[in-house]
Amino acid sequence: MRVLVRLLKFLSPRRWQVALAILLGVGVMVSNIGLLTAAAYLIAASALKVLLSQLALPMFLAQVFGASRAFLRYAERLVSHHVTFKLLADLRTWLYGCLEPLSPARLLGYRSGDLLARIIKDVEELENIYLRAFSPLIVSAILSFLTFSLLYIFFDSSLAFMTLGFLALAGIGVPLLVNVLARKPGRRQLTLRAELNAHIVDGIQGIPDLLALGRAGEQRESISALDLKLGRVQRRMASITGLQDALGDLAMNLAMWTVLILAIPLVNEGRVGGIYAAFLILLVLGSFEAVRPLGGAFQFLGRSLGAGERLFEIADLKPHVLGPGKPLPAPTGRTLEFNRIGFRYREDEPLVLEEISFKVEPGNRVAIVGPSGSGKSTVVNLALRFWEPTHGTVLLGGHDLRRYAEEDLRGTIGAVTQDTYLFNETLRNNLLLAKPGASDTEVECALERAQLTEFISRLPRGLDSWVGEQGLRLSGGERQRLAVARALLKDAPVLILDEPTANLDASTEHHLLTSIYELMPEHTMLVISHRLIHMERMDEILVLDRGRIVERGTHHQLLEAKGLYERMVEAQNQMLV
Amino acid sequence: MSAEKAKKQRGGSPVSGELLRQVKHARIFLASAIVFGMLGVCATIAQMVFLSKIVHRVFLGGEGSEQVRLLLVLLLGAVVLRSGLLWLREIVVQRGAVYVKSELRERLFTHLMRLGPSYASGERTGELVATTGEGVERLDAYFSRYLPQVVLSVVVPLLIATYVLPLDPISAIVLMATAPAIPVLMVLVGRRAEESVQRQWATLSRMSAHFLDVLQGLPTLKIFGRSTAERERVAEVSDEFRERTFEVLRFAFLSGLVLEFTATISIALVAVALGMRLLYGNISFEVAFLVLLLAPEFYRPLRELGVHRHAGMEGKAAAGRIFELLATPAPVSSGSSATARPTGQLSIEFDDVGYSYPGSVRPALSGVSLALPAGTCTAVIGPSGAGKSTLVNLLIRFVEPESGRITANGLCVEDLSVETWREKVALVPQRPYLFYGSILDNIRLARPNATREEIERAVVLAGASGVVERLPQGYDTEVGERGVRLSGGEVQRVAIARAFLQGTPVLVMDEPSSSLDPESERLIGVALERLMRDRTVLVVAHRLNTVYRADRIAMLEEGRLVEVGNHTDLIERSGPYARFVGAHKRMLA
Repeated sequence: MRVLVRLLKFLSPRRWQVALAILLGVGVMVSNIGLLTAAAYLIAASALKVLLSQLALPMFLAQVFGASRAFLRYAERLVSHHVTFKLLADLRTWLYGCLEPLSPARLLGYRSGDLLARIIKDVEELENIYLRAFSPLIVSAILSFLTFSLLYIFFDSSLAFMTLGFLALAGIGVPLLVNVLARKPGRRQLTLRAELNAHIVDGIQGIPDLLALGRAGEQRESISALDLKLGRVQRRMASITGLQDALGDLAMNLAMWTVLILAIPLVNEGRVGGIYAAFLILLVLGSFEAVRPLGGAFQFLGRSLGAGERLFEIADLKPHVLGPGKPLPAPTGRTLEFNRIGFRYREDEPLVLEEISFKVEPGNRVAIVGPSGSGKSTVVNLALRFWEPTHGTVLLGGHDLRRYAEEDLRGTIGAVTQDTYLFNETLRNNLLLAKPGASDTEVECALERAQLTEFISRLPRGLDSWVGEQGLRLSGGERQRLAVARALLKDAPVLILDEPTANLDASTEHHLLTSIYELMPEHTMLVISHRLIHMERMDEILVLDRGRIVERGTHHQLLEAKGLYERMVEAQNQMLV
Repeated sequence: MSAEKAKKQRGGSPVSGELLRQVKHARIFLASAIVFGMLGVCATIAQMVFLSKIVHRVFLGGEGSEQVRLLLVLLLGAVVLRSGLLWLREIVVQRGAVYVKSELRERLFTHLMRLGPSYASGERTGELVATTGEGVERLDAYFSRYLPQVVLSVVVPLLIATYVLPLDPISAIVLMATAPAIPVLMVLVGRRAEESVQRQWATLSRMSAHFLDVLQGLPTLKIFGRSTAERERVAEVSDEFRERTFEVLRFAFLSGLVLEFTATISIALVAVALGMRLLYGNISFEVAFLVLLLAPEFYRPLRELGVHRHAGMEGKAAAGRIFELLATPAPVSSGSSATARPTGQLSIEFDDVGYSYPGSVRPALSGVSLALPAGTCTAVIGPSGAGKSTLVNLLIRFVEPESGRITANGLCVEDLSVETWREKVALVPQRPYLFYGSILDNIRLARPNATREEIERAVVLAGASGVVERLPQGYDTEVGERGVRLSGGEVQRVAIARAFLQGTPVLVMDEPSSSLDPESERLIGVALERLMRDRTVLVVAHRLNTVYRADRIAMLEEGRLVEVGNHTDLIERSGPYARFVGAHKRMLA
């Protein structure tokens, strides 16, 4: 219920439009009933051979209602879709505002479930809440009331109550019954479908292994078995959901039938004019048109509430990183320092970093190396203040990172992270993100340093080529170099490079690193790498293993120490290409 | 652009035809749904006949409940029958949809297995998963709602008009006059509306795509200090898309208006015409009321078709992709059932083998002749794109040679069934896949009837006992997406344990191309040495140690075999191999 109220709050700025749409929706239904009842009255009156002049009004009304039904429907669709699209736009903007401070620290825990795609679907689900749930509910309530009043005032209370009862049965009783019956198989269907999907994902991603192990048949059989189970549940569901329309239809016709039974004596006794018999029948049948969409409305309402609940759950999260009340001015010092840092992602998990201390002075280069999973990238996330350290402090220019405004801090740092993202935009726009007003010369210079000049010149549309779905598919190495170019274009005094040369071939890697190291001697540079290339250019190398610094020193010192570093170099020397 | 057009043209009715052709019982389900639909209309006509009779007799004849009792009972019967038929129709179509879905899902999966990794790999897997899962699910509404409605929207109006014609030719003519107008409108306006609705969905999904893009890139936006400014962009883009979508929608709504207007105005016309004729006594009230009751029923199926159109189009697109996939030819023949099977140690020979991937101009391999003598290890090296993986794919028979042949102990491999052949060959891929389930299940996959002891021995031989010990529940630890994540080196060792358990005479190994942690490197080196003993081995080598250890080295360049021999000989020859290894050494120095 709270979720519903919160969702409806999004509608409140547009309540007049909503009211208009509902009014139009009622108008459509009234026209529909008006057309049918006017026509019924018309033929009944004609059959009594009344004067032609007495037929003028019903004739006119039939035509007017016929036309107004179509036009009101058109207007209703325009207004209601307008409202819905506005609502969606509002929701997206709101949600972005909620997620922005949460990213990436708070969202990381959700990643495995493909959170973002989930969010997109949930927002889309909400487009139904007004169009298919809220509006039909209100319209049908108003219309049921109107029908009831009309019957009560002009005809007979028994007819009025009887019709209202059947309307409630069709509009609320049947959907409720179907809902109750479908709850159990519905839940079972969801779990089975999820299981089936997991098997399909497994089966397709693991095709080489399955085929090589000769187990494709088994996987297919387990999929078939699940499908069979799912099919059985879905067949049961079909019998239940099929009831929705059938029982709704039955309720409508039973209402008509009961009204007929009740009306016959009334007509016989002269309490209701015989001329209204046909009118009554069509009034009752017509009023059910409004409750017909309610079965669907309840389903949409349920789904929208589920979606809303999931969205609010995320939107209500507290950001992991909070800005200071009174931030310091933008950092001027360029020394990056980690002071006895310890870090765990969640309270119930072990530390992933312990007692990490180091200092990178301006013009110095420090490398962090180590086996995968040793905690290297976590250091980057802490330096960018995507996460807060559990113990110790990270300092820039001698002050705790927490004392700067987030934007000021990140304005000082150029970074290539492992998941640097390229947007579905032109290459140029992707680069200009780093420095919106950059000149062509600056862009070319960054591309040159990132070893991309030749690649760009080969593209028919050069920097105006689109990245991603509609555009060119970039290889891992090309993406990586674009990320480097973007970070270089930003030209920040502190540079953090997390695996800058992943996916590059040896010679490109060599040239890229040479150009970065030689052309940017005055920068404060922190390099994360599991490839041990150009390590002799580092002022200090930290060897990380399971969250601890196990060795530190220069390349030559570490080689002489004959520890983990030396073994890593050994393993790498083994590699061909 | 033209390909897109062709796709659109193909997206017409042929998809439904294809569906009925491909899924053999689909026709029966569809036909019975239509029959139930038609019977339902007959019940409706009966209901309206009884209703009009009752009203006529009560209203004009002044009869009471007693006199019309039989008619009332009949009316109730028709009403119940009509709802019952509606229910049956629902059940039939939904069951049909369930049947069609599982049939197609199974066929798709089987076919994907046949297409193998050379087709279903890399970036494409996501799309294939979506097609097999969600894509098939989309057929539900298409099959259960849209398809029967298409037929019924033609049949039902015809049925009603045919019934009305002898009763009241004038009204029948009014209805029939608008009837062709509606299908014509549906075709003319509908075709354009279909296009515009399609465009509408394209814009809507583009807006979603943009939103997803921004959310995924949030950390990047933050790094560049653009995340706050982007909020306005989100609002802006959302609004822009809204306006554009709205323009398109307005057009679609307009066609709805035309359709609805035609229907309501002709009902009004029918009513007025009936009134006039009643006035002059040309028609009885009973008939007039019946016609008036049936007129809305005449237009109902057409209006319902509009409701299901979106589901129809989504399903059509999904079905199109499914059939396209099913029509993709498999790269491997299933092999003849030759009774001869190679036994014991195997020596394998590539004889002038060539292969090119579909859609690629340059052959991936051409004229490769290479012998893998029984019990020896051959290391394949070469720059990326030289054809190393293709050689692996050919040997494990993920693809078949286009020219030349591969023999094992003199028997042509292609003559054996794929299953038989793969019983002889174990594969340790570059990035082995771990399935949902325990680590034990994952290893046992290699030989389902293996005992616990055999599995444990394989794990020890593979140097993977450390991996299992580290896991919280040992062998029963769940791995995969929801479970514990293993490092690259650990997964590699699990895959080697699988190969030990398989115990095949031939081993194909694709070494990881980047260095693992030193511990894994050492353990894998030792395990491989054990694994290679007494087997015929082909290894795509990325490590010097592996190359030194091999009996023979085969050097590939641009799909051709340029040199074969052992390390010492090849170095002495100072050919491509010597240059390759030398260049690599220089790079490190």
